[in-house]
Amino acid sequence: MELILETLGLAKSAELLSLSPPGWGGNLLRGLVNSLQIAFGAFGFGLIIGLFGASGKLYGGVVLRDLLAIYTTVIRAVPELVLILILYYVGTDLINQVSQALGYGRVEISGVVAGIWVLGIVQGAYATEVLRGAIQAVPTGQIEAARAYGMPPMLLMRRVTIPAMMSYATPGLANLWLIATKDTALLAIVGFSELTLETRQAASSTRAYFTFFLAAGALYLIVTLFSGVIFARIEKWARRGQPSLKGTGR
Amino acid sequence: MKTLRALMQPHRIVLIVLFAALVIWCAVSLRWDWIPDYAPLAIEGLWRTIWILVVTCVLGFLLAVPLGLAQAIGPWYLSMPARMFCTVIRGTPLLLQIWLLYYGLGSLFPQIPWIRSSELWPYLRQAWPYAVLALTLSYAGYEGEVMRGAFASVNKGQLEAANAFGMPRFTAFRRIWLPQAIRSVLPTLGGETILQLKATPLVATITVVEIYSVSSRVRSDTFIVYEPLLLLAVFYMLIAGGINLLFRRFEKQVPGV
Amino acid sequence: MKIKTVLAAGLTTVVMAGAASADQVKIGIAAEPYPPFASLDASGTWVGWEIEVIDAVCAAAKLDCVITPVAWDGIIPSLTGQQIDAIMASMSITEERLKTIDFSDAYYNTPAVIVADKSMDIAPTPASLAGKIIGVQASTIHQAYANAYFGDAAEIRVYQTQDEANQDLFAGRIDATQADSIAMADFVGSDAGACCEIKGPVANDVSILGKGVGAGIRKGDDALRESLNAGIAAILADGTHAAITARYFTTSIYSE
Repeated sequence: MELILETLGLAKSAELLSLSPPGWGGNLLRGLVNSLQIAFGAFGFGLIIGLFGASGKLYGGVVLRDLLAIYTTVIRAVPELVLILILYYVGTDLINQVSQALGYGRVEISGVVAGIWVLGIVQGAYATEVLRGAIQAVPTGQIEAARAYGMPPMLLMRRVTIPAMMSYATPGLANLWLIATKDTALLAIVGFSELTLETRQAASSTRAYFTFFLAAGALYLIVTLFSGVIFARIEKWARRGQPSLKGTGR
Repeated sequence: MKTLRALMQPHRIVLIVLFAALVIWCAVSLRWDWIPDYAPLAIEGLWRTIWILVVTCVLGFLLAVPLGLAQAIGPWYLSMPARMFCTVIRGTPLLLQIWLLYYGLGSLFPQIPWIRSSELWPYLRQAWPYAVLALTLSYAGYEGEVMRGAFASVNKGQLEAANAFGMPRFTAFRRIWLPQAIRSVLPTLGGETILQLKATPLVATITVVEIYSVSSRVRSDTFIVYEPLLLLAVFYMLIAGGINLLFRRFEKQVPGV
Repeated sequence: MKIKTVLAAGLTTVVMAGAASADQVKIGIAAEPYPPFASLDASGTWVGWEIEVIDAVCAAAKLDCVITPVAWDGIIPSLTGQQIDAIMASMSITEERLKTIDFSDAYYNTPAVIVADKSMDIAPTPASLAGKIIGVQASTIHQAYANAYFGDAAEIRVYQTQDEANQDLFAGRIDATQADSIAMADFVGSDAGACCEIKGPVANDVSILGKGVGAGIRKGDDALRESLNAGIAAILADGTHAAITARYFTTSIYSE
């Protein structure tokens, strides 16, 4: 192994990437864990927003519908980087002011929570659109039948709408998840130590820019490819018992 | 007329009034005195943003056509690299790609002494060629995937018919295949272009001066945080709206979509 | 009242996840390495002159400090937005910054210098730098100074970190960079900076370059300023400051 690395001139890179100090591999992995944590949180938070947003857009009153339209339009037109800066500074400022006004003193917000909140709001706008499309694709008769039986709205959502729309929503949600993992890189700009910032720190400390950027790229790619496999499984599961849907989704 | 009537519903009027109040509140109670000082810089930055957007979208699309074609019908030695390229571009963050191109390549320069005396050096010193390259590759990666689907979805019977009439393969491609594929991706192009617009501020991190970096400059000079960002968001919304209108008009002119 | 409580409770549970106790003083440093003052080692801990000074000041002032890395470009908004309580990131005390935040007493000072390739005949004057490309770090006194003095005749390129400007100087993409002399002395002494040398200090302008480096704090946070001042005075008086400095530099970097 070492001989192969030596002949390829990669011995230095391997040393820099080794998991224990003086290698920086451990830092990169820690960054990756942070990235994934935020991506998971933001994706989940975005799904919750999306679920309520989609129901609001479909069944809500006129005012709610207009407000949601503004939300999704604005979020989807403004660069994530700008949104992150606005939400990061304004959001934490606002929470502190609210809690101080209520007499609770200052609230400490960890980087992970701030990252989840910021990316979650961005994800929510896209999730709203994905889920709205998916709910609309569910035959209305199924939902009407459940209503006719007097099923309460939450139960209806849990037992009928969500399972029925899953197969339509999975491709869009898979896409969103990939966007979430990649958007965590933007948090590097606000100084949150996720994979991209750890990479940048390692690269500028060692001057081995190529090695570290390529290594980080490989890590992101592994996550992407692995997620692709998982989502393909989920989609297969969500479509069980349905006729083939070739051509739908993206 | 129709849109005007849609706006005239009571709840919308209330919303518009509230929105106007918000705008007035922003105009009055926030600090805008920095605008005159930075207006020339902002216009320059805005121009640079639009310029980068247009150039990279056009170049990216031109690159996406062969990428899509290679994946749809190419032999394995063309389709495999094309597919790998699209997977890598779509699977890694653009920010990382930009930094890899700019700082990664930059770190190699000192090892190649002759490069500083080469004809290309004046361009290699600038940041914008890297920005254009990174954004072009990114657009090509995403759109190449879309083009693959578009090429694959064109009715094979038409191609066979062209073949039967003895139409040369390239003519058939130019006259029948390409126009239909482009027509079928038209509706997605607007969205992809807006995504590209949203990617442009990332090039500010490699010292390209565009509209986002102007807002950073205002922030660092004056310590005013929110106002430049809010104005910046409005700028991006206006550009995105413009792109939307442009593509809608474009789509209307193309028959049979 | 009830709604208020519920709201606040909900809010607290949401944001308290992973939060630290509120008595701690969060000392913000730049998340981007700035050797020899603050840099990250391979095990993920921050080391450097300024990190040791922070520890010493906090110990002397009996403060429970946590070092919190934040993006340099957003470090002042982070302070005013209460994500951190103090900035100790080689930030110079300038008139512009004093409009937004307060500062403690200075704990070191360093002149601003121009660094360029050894083969280049460059002097730190506007005339000599005309037509050249000068790299500076965003949101620094150097950016402000370069814009004011060299901006008319030279191209100013703005980097997120000084490290990136150094990297581009090394790669030959910029002709010169303006930065703190101490950090630059470290850079030109390293392998990566072997290409370059310090061409000399720029003409001083106290209104832009400021009066040394101090800890930035929110306006009105007088209690914290007093204890930081006491801590800084204590380590200057008992020799801790000099002892830390001796470990990193050959000369003193503090003057009254």
